[in-house]
Formats: sequence, C-alpha cells, structure tokens
Amino acid sequence: MKALAAVGRFTLEKLVVLGQLARFFGLLVARLGIVVKRPRLVIQQVHFIGNYSLLIILVSGLFVGFVLGLQGYYTLNRYGSEEALGLLVALSLVRELGPVVTALLFAGRAGTSLTAEIGLMKAGEQLSAMEVMAVDPIRRVLVPRFLGGIIAMPILAAVFSMMGILGGWFVGVVLIGIDTGAFWSQMQNGVDVFNDVLNGVIKSVVFGVAVTLIALFEGWHCRPTPEGVSRATTRTVVAGSLVVLGLDFVLTAIMFSH
Amino acid sequence: MAPQYNGAMNISSTDPAVHASKQSDPNVLLSFDRVTLGYGDFVVLAGLSLQIKAGEVVAVMGGSGSGKTTLMRAATGQLAPQSGVVSVFGQSIAGLQGSALLSIRQRMGVLFQHGALFTDLNVFENVAFPLREHTTLSEADLTHKVLETLDAVGLKAAAHLKLSAISGGMARRVALARAVVREPELVFYDEPFAGLDPISMGVTARLIRRLSDRLGCASVLITHDVAESFAIADTVYLVGQGELKAHGSPATLGQSSDPYVRQFLDGAPDGPVSFDYPVTPDFERWAKRKGLRQ
Repeated sequence: MKALAAVGRFTLEKLVVLGQLARFFGLLVARLGIVVKRPRLVIQQVHFIGNYSLLIILVSGLFVGFVLGLQGYYTLNRYGSEEALGLLVALSLVRELGPVVTALLFAGRAGTSLTAEIGLMKAGEQLSAMEVMAVDPIRRVLVPRFLGGIIAMPILAAVFSMMGILGGWFVGVVLIGIDTGAFWSQMQNGVDVFNDVLNGVIKSVVFGVAVTLIALFEGWHCRPTPEGVSRATTRTVVAGSLVVLGLDFVLTAIMFSH
Repeated sequence: MAPQYNGAMNISSTDPAVHASKQSDPNVLLSFDRVTLGYGDFVVLAGLSLQIKAGEVVAVMGGSGSGKTTLMRAATGQLAPQSGVVSVFGQSIAGLQGSALLSIRQRMGVLFQHGALFTDLNVFENVAFPLREHTTLSEADLTHKVLETLDAVGLKAAAHLKLSAISGGMARRVALARAVVREPELVFYDEPFAGLDPISMGVTARLIRRLSDRLGCASVLITHDVAESFAIADTVYLVGQGELKAHGSPATLGQSSDPYVRQFLDGAPDGPVSFDYPVTPDFERWAKRKGLRQ
C-alpha cells in the first residue's frame, strides 16, 4: 500500500512539474516579440550558445565519423559493397547521429551553462532587480536564450554531420582506399533532401526546443543557493538527455514509418 | 525578514495623524495604511502606517530582521500585504500586474541590499542598463548621462572596469548610480551605507540628500546606520518587534525617552529589544519532530 502511495505521489509530482513546464513554455512563447524588437539580443545568444559549443561539436563529429567509417567498412566489406560507405555514413549522421549526439552534447555544454547562468542570476538577485527596474526578466533574459538555443542547435547538428562525413571519408578513402568517386556519388544518389536532410533538421529543431526549454526551466525554478544551482544543472543534463532520446524514438517512428 | 509571530494579527495603534487622507494629497508618493506584512502565517510588521512625500528623505530604521526590507518589498510590489493598503503614486500596488505594475516601477529606483549588479556587464553597462531598457537616448547622450552619474559617485574613471575588478564598496556605489540614473520620483536605498568606508559613506549620504533636493524625489533609506541617516533624513521611522515603534524628525527622536528608541539609538545591550529569535510555529513543529516537545 505504501509503495502504491509512493508511486501515486511520484506521478502527481511529475505531473505538476509537467504542468509548470507547459506554463513556462507558454510564458516564453507569449514574449517572442522581442526577437523583432531587439534582434541583437538573440544574435548575441546564438553566438554565445553556438560558438562556444563549436569545438566540442567539431571534434566529436570528426571522431564519430572515423568510427562510422571503420565499422561501416568492416560490415559492408562482408557483402562486397564497401562503395556504399559514403551513403551509410551520410544517412547515419543526417538522420540520427547528427541531431541526437549534437543534442546530447548540447545539453551537457550549453544546457548546463544556461541553467547555471540563470540560477546564479536568481541567487544574486539580478532577476529581482530587473523586475523592480520594470524590465521583464523572462522577456529580456530567457526568451533571447531560448531562441538562441533553437537557432544554434540545427546549425551545430549540420556542422556535426559535416565533420562526421569528412571523418568517414578520411577513414574510408584516405586510409582504407575506397574509390573517392564511389564514396561521394553513392552519397549523392542515396540521400534525399526531404526524407533525410529535412527530417534531420526538424529533429534537431525539436531537440533544440526541448533541451533549451528544460535548461531555462531548471535555472528559473532552482533554489537560489550553490547546492540548488548544482542540482539544477544536473537535472538539466539528465532530463534533457532522456527527453532527447525519447523524442528521437517518437520522431523516427513518425518520419520513417512509411 | 523580521521574525515576529502574531497569530491573531493584531493591528497595533499608530499615530492618527499618519492615517489622514493619504491618497488625496498628490505630494504623497508612498503610503502605508494599516498594513500588515508577512510570509504565510508569519507576521513581520503589523498595523504599519506611514506616508512619504516628494522631496522628503525618510529613514526606516530598525535592528537586523526587524522587517525593513520586507517593507521595501511591499512598496515595490514584490510582496502583497496581508491586510491594509500600500499606495504608490496614489495607486494601490497590491494586485497590480503587467503594464500597470511596470509603469509604476519605471518611476522608482531601487538600491538592493547586495547590489544585484549584472555580473556579465561592466560598470558602465550596469549603470546604462535602465536607460537602454526604458529610453531612446542616442549613444552619445546615454554615455554622457552615465558618466555624469558615475562621476557623482566618484567612479567615472572606473566605467570600463569589470565587476570582478572592483571592491565591494565600489560595487555599492555602482548600484547606487544605477538606482538613480533615470532620476526616479521615488528611490529606495536598502542599506546604502553597508560596506562603505567613512569617506564614501559621507559622500553617499550627501549625494542622496542632494538628489532628493535637486530632483524633488522621495528617498527612502532602509538602514540601521544612525549617524548618517540622522544627518540627512527629514523623518525617521523606527520599526521593531513587529510594529512601528516611533517616528519623527531626527531631533525629536534624538530626545525621546522611549526605552526602545533609546536602546536602539544608544546601542545599549539591555532594554526592550530581545536578542533572541522568537519562537515560531515552524520552530514548534520542527522541535516536535526532533522529540524536543511532547
């Protein structure tokens, strides 16, 4: 009976958080007008969130591409179709690994940074100071970061996929010796702009919304103490990563079911 | 926050003169009418009545935790009163939301107890922040205004510095400059003298007085610094033990024989002010859980 009550309590708590998250999302959407009025605030955040995540995305993309090149070659070689390596690497990256791995790295790099920044601003009374100065902190601080995350995420995913393809090419063509023409032409023929590339972009936008929303929500609602901020940043990574994986399953089922 | 539990929320008696038709006088910028403030069951200040007019410098004094900052939070609309009416610029601020609240707050300036400066901006940009948000000044006019204000607090040459490069006392002066840069009609200074050296303290006190005289704004000092406050204030309100204990000009209060006033002004260890934190329902519940109560 106690276990049942605990499950009920846990479920109710999560539902409350879900409701708060939905309301928070509504508050952000209602204030999106700032992008028209002060686009510079959004540009600054795209730079901050995107540019500072670039190094980890570039390096990770390259190594994922290396591994895909090696693993793909070993498997395709069994069937004598190693020329299809370019297609395998590109489809794996554009459809799945690009958006998903970028989103996971994004949650760890940019998400934690956003949560900690908002949490520390709260702890330092900076958000209260804004309110009292008649400046809406949701509009002035959160919305530009929200949009910055949504814009930066697909760009980072594209960069990740590009680096991955270059990594796969390096392993397959330069190291193993697959024909470079076959590598690129198979990729060109097999990758569809709408079915593959566009769906990958849609995924990365959805992941960008989810991770940035969770990061800002955790920062906004954290206890204004060092421990509270620390817990909130941890929750951002855990919740952000799980939501990305869950959403990826749902989106893949919808997009590629036919 | 000031700890004074008063389960019955008794309204203490206050000076009837203070109650007289505050809203009708356009010079009254801030008024508290039989206001009770607190958090949940906890009453911090009860039956508080006061009014502050344009051009006045008012010091709200009291010991640590007596509810001075709570009073300021009610005046800025951050805390709704449990009872009574808090009026700012003739409008009741409780329940105001959205643009109505923002338009009232645009006419206020607040110096926060811990500065609340924006750590990612330098000194100049911190002071420029309210101007950038609420005015359409050209960059040249904005720069002139910000440097002029920084000059008034002695920090013109520190405009380019990052916050990490300035001392705590300098940070408070930056916060002061930010609070007054838009020349608000009503300015709250929460502990304006905390952490300042004697020279900065004197300069800051004179600056507050000068601003009030020049702009005709009402200045509310939330402080427990007796000497500096008495030197510049027109009226002093003394709060403690959950109520307004006394008010009057510095000269009047200085001659008061009231034991509470005397203990506070003289810093005497013995008197009506208890050093101990009062027992609250929260404490009782905690003590019961710990097995300290039956």
